Amino acid sequence: MSLISDDVKRVAKLARLGLTEIETKLTLEHLNSTLILVDQMQKVDITGVAPLAHPLELTQTLRADQVDASNQRETYQAIAPQTASGFYLVPRVVE
Amino acid sequence: MSDLTDLTFSQLQRALNEGATSSLEITTAYLDRISMLNSDLNVFITVTGENALLSAKNADIARSKGISGPFSGLPIAHKDIFCTNGVSTTCGSKMLANFVAPYDAHVVSQCNKAGLVSLGKLNMDEFAMGSSNENSFFGPVRNPWDSRRVPGGSSGGSAAAVAARLTPLATATDTGGSIRQPAALTGTSGLKPTYGRVSRFGMIAFASSLDQGGLIARTAEDIALGLGIIAGYDQRDSTSAEEPVPSYIDTINQKLSGLKIGLPKQFFDDRLNDSMRQVMDCVVTVFESFGASTVSISLDHVAESIPAYYVISSAEASSNLSRFDGVRFGYRANQPSDLTDLYERSRSEGFGREAKRRILMGTYALSEGYYDAYYKRAQQIRRLIKQDFDRAFEACDLLLGPTTPSTAFVLGEKSSDPVAMYLEDIYTVATNMAGLPGGSFQAPLIDGLPSGFQLTGPAFSEGRILSAAHQIQQATDWHTKHPERLRNV
Repeated sequence: MSLISDDVKRVAKLARLGLTEIETKLTLEHLNSTLILVDQMQKVDITGVAPLAHPLELTQTLRADQVDASNQRETYQAIAPQTASGFYLVPRVVE
Repeated sequence: MSDLTDLTFSQLQRALNEGATSSLEITTAYLDRISMLNSDLNVFITVTGENALLSAKNADIARSKGISGPFSGLPIAHKDIFCTNGVSTTCGSKMLANFVAPYDAHVVSQCNKAGLVSLGKLNMDEFAMGSSNENSFFGPVRNPWDSRRVPGGSSGGSAAAVAARLTPLATATDTGGSIRQPAALTGTSGLKPTYGRVSRFGMIAFASSLDQGGLIARTAEDIALGLGIIAGYDQRDSTSAEEPVPSYIDTINQKLSGLKIGLPKQFFDDRLNDSMRQVMDCVVTVFESFGASTVSISLDHVAESIPAYYVISSAEASSNLSRFDGVRFGYRANQPSDLTDLYERSRSEGFGREAKRRILMGTYALSEGYYDAYYKRAQQIRRLIKQDFDRAFEACDLLLGPTTPSTAFVLGEKSSDPVAMYLEDIYTVATNMAGLPGGSFQAPLIDGLPSGFQLTGPAFSEGRILSAAHQIQQATDWHTKHPERLRNV
């Protein structure tokens, strides 16, 4: 199955990646050659095979429902690109 | 004491315990060698010389008072994917070029608790995506054996640092072969533990159901010591295994006699070039001469493991890398016109080419209407791969094969053809898909370049893999080879 340029633009929009025209063209070529590789999966008979998400099929461990972390807002915001009054700053969303 | 950098991790430990040297001497020797060789090899992204000297002095003081642990004062270096509190953590990306982590990864805090002295942070393919280390924002790592060649990837810095004797032990990570392939291409030993054996807390995520932290060193014995430090349950990683950690060093002398070694026929097909085949024949003969028996095994879905791996790893990467949005940490584009522009430009300017390819491939595979054809099918194939291994381990104790189809390739040789680069991992990805432990260990040189053999075992059989490799390293000199051109540096 082969993609066209509009497919790449749609996927780039979903992924929030800005692509130039040249990047779109190169991505299209790359995705199409990767899909040739990926299409090898189609020849495997997977009838009745359950998907495997965790390699060892262990269930996720749970901890006791107790507070075990303290507020690290200042530490974490110290590395943010832009903050003010304890908030992360982004361009205005609502006019 | 001279030539401290020639000693292995365990030899350094003995030298320290016998009082033949000090941590300060060892650390200084390594820092001197790093300052001589790093500009050529581009192995370290960050060298933490001052911190290292300070920890070394503290370790020496603790040792003189008799209050130090068995590993106190020994050097290590961390792949730059592990968060280090107060130290730059780049993940090989422009996105995190100015990121100073606010906490330590579990692996790093385990090493710190043991008193290990960190020399710095090691170069890698951006977000661990690559098999040649050419995808680093900080430039490619050079193979110490031949600077025109790649060291493999994504843990290319870890492998090259150990090969060039810039550290005796390095942390690394393996999502589809990123510890074992560079170990093979640089003449080092590398172990990817069982999924869940080592906590992923603070290890920047690429593909969460496949990623696993491990080690690269010069010998299996050194890895056994290091794994004892970093392995174990950690409640901050919800996929961390609640399995007790055995003493890997106590079982390192387990003999090979009686061990049944499976040879997967798919690992010995036409993809393997003639010289690699001869090397593998030689490795098999040595295993047999020490009393191991061999049996032919079939792993029927090896060929499909690559496409299934690319779907699963890219899908998980597209999800994991969505956190890099220019808002909370990492790179932010200048003067964004609105929020969408902020997201799109921060991400397109901050991510390199391969990271973008994988994000787009993963987003496509997960997009509406394609889930069944790609992600779900890949996970079904994943189960078939796991069943292949389950069957194999009913007939044998360990699987043996080559780590890579050939020796190190020349820089630029495969970077223009990403799909050819993906096929570089043909012998390694199935192990990750099944979550199994796998190690690559030095095999004989081919035309002056290193090659590696790979041992894969059932879940949590790290001890068996390491002891088998140790027996081979006791009987051969393959692991003692060192790049001639660096001998007198």
